[in-house]
Amino acid sequence: MSASTEVKTSEIVKPAPKKRQSKNVNNENWVGVAFVSPMLIGVSILVLLPILATFILSLADWSFITNISQLKWVGLQNFVDLFQDKIFLRSLMNNAIFMLTVPICMIISLFLAIAIDRNVYFKSYFKVAFFMPYISSVVAIAVVWQVLFHPSLGPINQFLMSLGIDNPPKWIADPNFALVSIMFIQIWISIGFNMIIYLAALQSIPRDLYEAADIDGASAWVKFKNITLPMVSPTTFFLLITGIISTFKVFDLISVLTKGGPMHSTSMIVWNLYDTAFVNLDIGHSSAMAVILFFIVFAITLIQWLGQKKWVNY
Amino acid sequence: MTIIMLIISIMFLLPFVWMLSTSFKIETDVFKFPIQWIPERWNGFNNYKEVWFGDNPFYIYYWNTIKVTVCTTAISVTVSALAAYGFSKVNFRLGNFLFLIVLATYMVPAQAILVPQFIIYRKIGLFDSHLGLILLGSFSVLGTFMLRQFFMGVSNELVEAAKIDGAGHWKIFWRVVLPIVKPAIATYGILRFIWTWNDYQNPLIFLRSDHLLTIQLAMQKFTTINGEFYSLIMAAAVSAILPLVIVFIIGQKQVIEGIALGGVKG
Repeated sequence: MSASTEVKTSEIVKPAPKKRQSKNVNNENWVGVAFVSPMLIGVSILVLLPILATFILSLADWSFITNISQLKWVGLQNFVDLFQDKIFLRSLMNNAIFMLTVPICMIISLFLAIAIDRNVYFKSYFKVAFFMPYISSVVAIAVVWQVLFHPSLGPINQFLMSLGIDNPPKWIADPNFALVSIMFIQIWISIGFNMIIYLAALQSIPRDLYEAADIDGASAWVKFKNITLPMVSPTTFFLLITGIISTFKVFDLISVLTKGGPMHSTSMIVWNLYDTAFVNLDIGHSSAMAVILFFIVFAITLIQWLGQKKWVNY
Repeated sequence: MTIIMLIISIMFLLPFVWMLSTSFKIETDVFKFPIQWIPERWNGFNNYKEVWFGDNPFYIYYWNTIKVTVCTTAISVTVSALAAYGFSKVNFRLGNFLFLIVLATYMVPAQAILVPQFIIYRKIGLFDSHLGLILLGSFSVLGTFMLRQFFMGVSNELVEAAKIDGAGHWKIFWRVVLPIVKPAIATYGILRFIWTWNDYQNPLIFLRSDHLLTIQLAMQKFTTINGEFYSLIMAAAVSAILPLVIVFIIGQKQVIEGIALGGVKG
């Protein structure tokens, strides 16, 4: 009795899952698309379409103020022009110099992170203190530094003069010092971010490694060189790559403080792009710059993918 | 060691201290040397009154910024959470392919697409509007990626169990998964709030009308107009930074953990 009913029910039930499954799969497809579609639509209109347009416009000669019918196709002429354009080359050069901020900032951050990691007291105060510039608005920070760097009245130069330095540099007003001043501010801003990431990396190093080294009588320097440095190497690589990418996007500081001046000494690729597009209204050349920017970032990201595994030194 | 670190951290914060103290001074005392860290003559009330209710009243710009920031954060968190759920918990055809597309757009620097975005915005009438600015910040690949990592941490058995109980994906998303990843949502929300509040580039390019300006642009405009009144400028700077400092101190743990976990950067 019981056996036959069992067979019966299994016979009835068996075909059902198949049907339900195929219906389910179909259903899953629609549900999946529904969940991701707002994001997909947004990204398509605001990122994918524009990047395609950037590539196309980089081959054109066109100004914002004229009608689209005035657009002329010039092939790669815009790129040829750019590599003969002194201001653009200067901007690329400045970007290259600006990259120096990344390793300097990382070294300072690593030492601060180690100091904070060892400290028992005020840990969260230190985290907040060094993180302050990173969360503060760049415009407000830039304005504060602008006044601090004031050539004659600014507190920094008054301090230098009181130390007996008669002709202190004019900082952001001096073509020879403007870029260095902005690099200084950039380091000050980025230390918090780098430090927090390093702190997390330091905290994940197993303590017994250090204990074992202590038993072997290793000095602080040896421990730093043979344990800490290799263990944080993936973090170092990550910070280096993201840091370099972000130096190519520097804009706010330049826009508020110097507008690329004095004498183009602080012009950088994104500032140059903005100036060409929205001040000179030259779409072709600015799009060509955007394409170059895209490929620079693309190349660095590629290095990141390839290097990720090689750079882990343990 | 602690003492040395304390001294370094105080030196590190000196620009903020100078900003705060200058904002309370009368103009003629601003550049007195040696620096008066505590103002001798107080003028804070008038300085802040001028900033907030003067010719370029900050309360208007504050309201604009709050509006844009809160809307951007809310939409961005919603869109990212939905997409993150779709990409991690719904097993659908093309799912991985679509995720790769979204991920690939993360490589595109925002500055490389400014010109076409500007042209599109002019065409469809979103230029010079808060709605346009909000939409620009609402589709974050970073947010989707970050939340997806957390969603993947929610066990699939839980989702399957809910399915057997007859729950649809919407119900699972809302009732099962979302409550578990609440801290991650909060972290991303706070980060998005900070980034949007501090955004300078998008408002600069996509806003024109004076009454629509956000606090960052207002700050710059205020500096241009009041060129030589440094005490006023510092009062404006304090006003621009203060809300974020409050948000940061309240959400300190989430922000720092979020940054450390994902190694994210606006």
